[in-house]
Amino acid sequence: MSGHMLARAPHLDVDALLADPAIHIIVCTGAGGVGKTTTAAALALRAAESGRNVCVLTIDPAKRLAQAMGLTSLDNTPRQVPGVCAPDGSGSLFAMMLDMKRTFDEVVESHADPERAEQILGNPFYQALSSSFAGTQEYMAMEKLGQLHVRAQDEGTWDLIVVDTPPSRSALDFLDAPARLGSFLDGRFIRILTAPARGAGRGIGRLAMVGFGIFTGVLTKILGAQVLADLGTFVAAIDTTFGGFRERADATYALLKDSGTSFVVVAAPERDALREAAYFVERLRTDDMPLAGLVLNRMQQVDDPELTVEQAASGAQVLGELADSAPDDGGRRELTAALLELHAQRLQVADRQLHLADRFAAAHPGVAVARVTALPGDVHDLDGLRTVGALIAR
Amino acid sequence: MTEQRWPEATLHVVSGKGGTGKTTVAAALALALARNGRRTLLIEVEGRQGIAQLFDTPPLPYEERKIAVAPEGGEVWALAIDPQEALLDYLETFYNLKRAGSALRKMGAVDFATTIAPGLRDVLLTGKAVEVVRRTAKGAADAYDAVILDAPPTGRITKFLNVNAEVSGLARVGPIRNHADLVMGVIASPATVVHLVTLLEEMPVQETIDGVTELGAAGLPLGGIVVNMTRPPLLTADQLRDAAAGTLPRDAIARSLQECGLGAHEDVVVPALLREAADHAQRVALEDRERERIATLALPTLTLPLLSSGIDLGGLYELAGIMHAEGVG
Repeated sequence: MSGHMLARAPHLDVDALLADPAIHIIVCTGAGGVGKTTTAAALALRAAESGRNVCVLTIDPAKRLAQAMGLTSLDNTPRQVPGVCAPDGSGSLFAMMLDMKRTFDEVVESHADPERAEQILGNPFYQALSSSFAGTQEYMAMEKLGQLHVRAQDEGTWDLIVVDTPPSRSALDFLDAPARLGSFLDGRFIRILTAPARGAGRGIGRLAMVGFGIFTGVLTKILGAQVLADLGTFVAAIDTTFGGFRERADATYALLKDSGTSFVVVAAPERDALREAAYFVERLRTDDMPLAGLVLNRMQQVDDPELTVEQAASGAQVLGELADSAPDDGGRRELTAALLELHAQRLQVADRQLHLADRFAAAHPGVAVARVTALPGDVHDLDGLRTVGALIAR
Repeated sequence: MTEQRWPEATLHVVSGKGGTGKTTVAAALALALARNGRRTLLIEVEGRQGIAQLFDTPPLPYEERKIAVAPEGGEVWALAIDPQEALLDYLETFYNLKRAGSALRKMGAVDFATTIAPGLRDVLLTGKAVEVVRRTAKGAADAYDAVILDAPPTGRITKFLNVNAEVSGLARVGPIRNHADLVMGVIASPATVVHLVTLLEEMPVQETIDGVTELGAAGLPLGGIVVNMTRPPLLTADQLRDAAAGTLPRDAIARSLQECGLGAHEDVVVPALLREAADHAQRVALEDRERERIATLALPTLTLPLLSSGIDLGGLYELAGIMHAEGVG
């Protein structure tokens, strides 16, 4: 049986994390399909029921889970989940689901006069950017987190924000997207395209100006004149309104590095999910971001590990042979053989999971781990989330 | 497999919710379709190098490479399409603009085209796949019998494939629009099928159902459903019912355990086995419900087992063998 490195990994004390008054933001991250949203919601609920005022920002919850948290109106602001508080009446839970386009529109509206905002919102490039840019969702999740954080500080509404992260192609996208979008909007390419509008020579060197004629020529050939015109309008409009796009991205990044922020990496005991988790753990370390630990979901539970795979398998075989040679009452031998096979299968799955988790632990000693037993079904209600929360904290 | 035959096509697009094993299924399909001396190309577009990891090879470049041989002779090739390389490739092929391409890259324009305008990015990725497929129609020497695309997840697949709609917002006329039309001409044709991979779990099945609806609404050609990582039921329907109800015969089980030499700790072992059986029964019931939901889609369905040893190269051949036995290829 493997698992000795995992056994040596520190235990992730989730209740201590949730109770820590210095922690204001918990970011749940990991590969798609590992139970990230459920984990974020379960942590938020558990924190609220131990007395904290919590806001959970989810990205794309399953329909029934969203309903369970009262996320039926899509107005892009947190709504209180009724009936959630600690036994002493303190604590509360607010939940919201990110509307990426709406969040982006609001950023535009808050930074531009109405006329200009309308111009931007109607531009086809803006529409493409705000609805499906391969990073907009990540960026807007961070933007919303920033907004919620400001609101929490100004109004004292919440003392803990739990955020789920988008199901990125790679977990790293989520850290890089704000900077990528910021640097694009703030970058050389934009400045070149807007150069004529700003007056020649300002902000770019003469050399770039020489290249500019060729550049627009090529773009016209590839994109067509109409696309280039739309692009020019978009860039000019957005450039004058979004002076500090990079500053916003930097502020978000700084918020993630803050000591009041803690990352929880979520994984399932599968190769791909653990590989993503490993990348993320390493990236957080490189960027000096505070990692609380790893939540390892969907671990196969074994009720009696003392009965080994070999014993169960040989027992099943003996019973199978007995059943063939001497038919007995009601097929009890076949039944018992099947139960033993089932047990052996579970042990094998559990052993493979432990082996994978062990390799992660060996490569990342010191990363705290919380193991969460697999539930047979999906979670659809607050009680289900409570069960998950209790399993994570166990 | 169900009554319906697994669909034949030149371009097999494989999508699925994250964690359902779509890359594994795409790879096994590429192996199965390469049997008997055929030649297939497995393409990935998300920059994850998932194919290289599966086949245990060094990271794939933007170049077609042979990565495996199929049973009964046959070859699987692979290509990792990088959007930036695809853009430069596109500029060179259609505009003979290789040098301008590198200048554009320096100015950040390539970054722009491939990241900010998702329609452009997707038309480049799908465009490269379509270019390979078109070789087959032309009977070119470097043609493939089938091209298998490990595509983005179900949540994004319709947008990814429906490049025409994506691009038309940006470019109503002009060269990009023409290119998008050409790509769409292949993707929406009988040469293409889109397969969705799912597990017998609620969320992946829901995404599959939503995906089928979306793909259908966009007029994209549906292929089959792959139900991945299934575990055969070990108990009969009656036993499952008793296990769920907690009415399995305790004493009979204890007697049988003694017969096979495992009677020593029956006070611990029997309750443990019964709990595991109840858990199993609950899961099988949930799986049956999801299976029924999949059946309502009335699409060809292929069921693949969970390999207890995990997925390695041998496992891929095993899955490809099952696909072959089920009539794929």
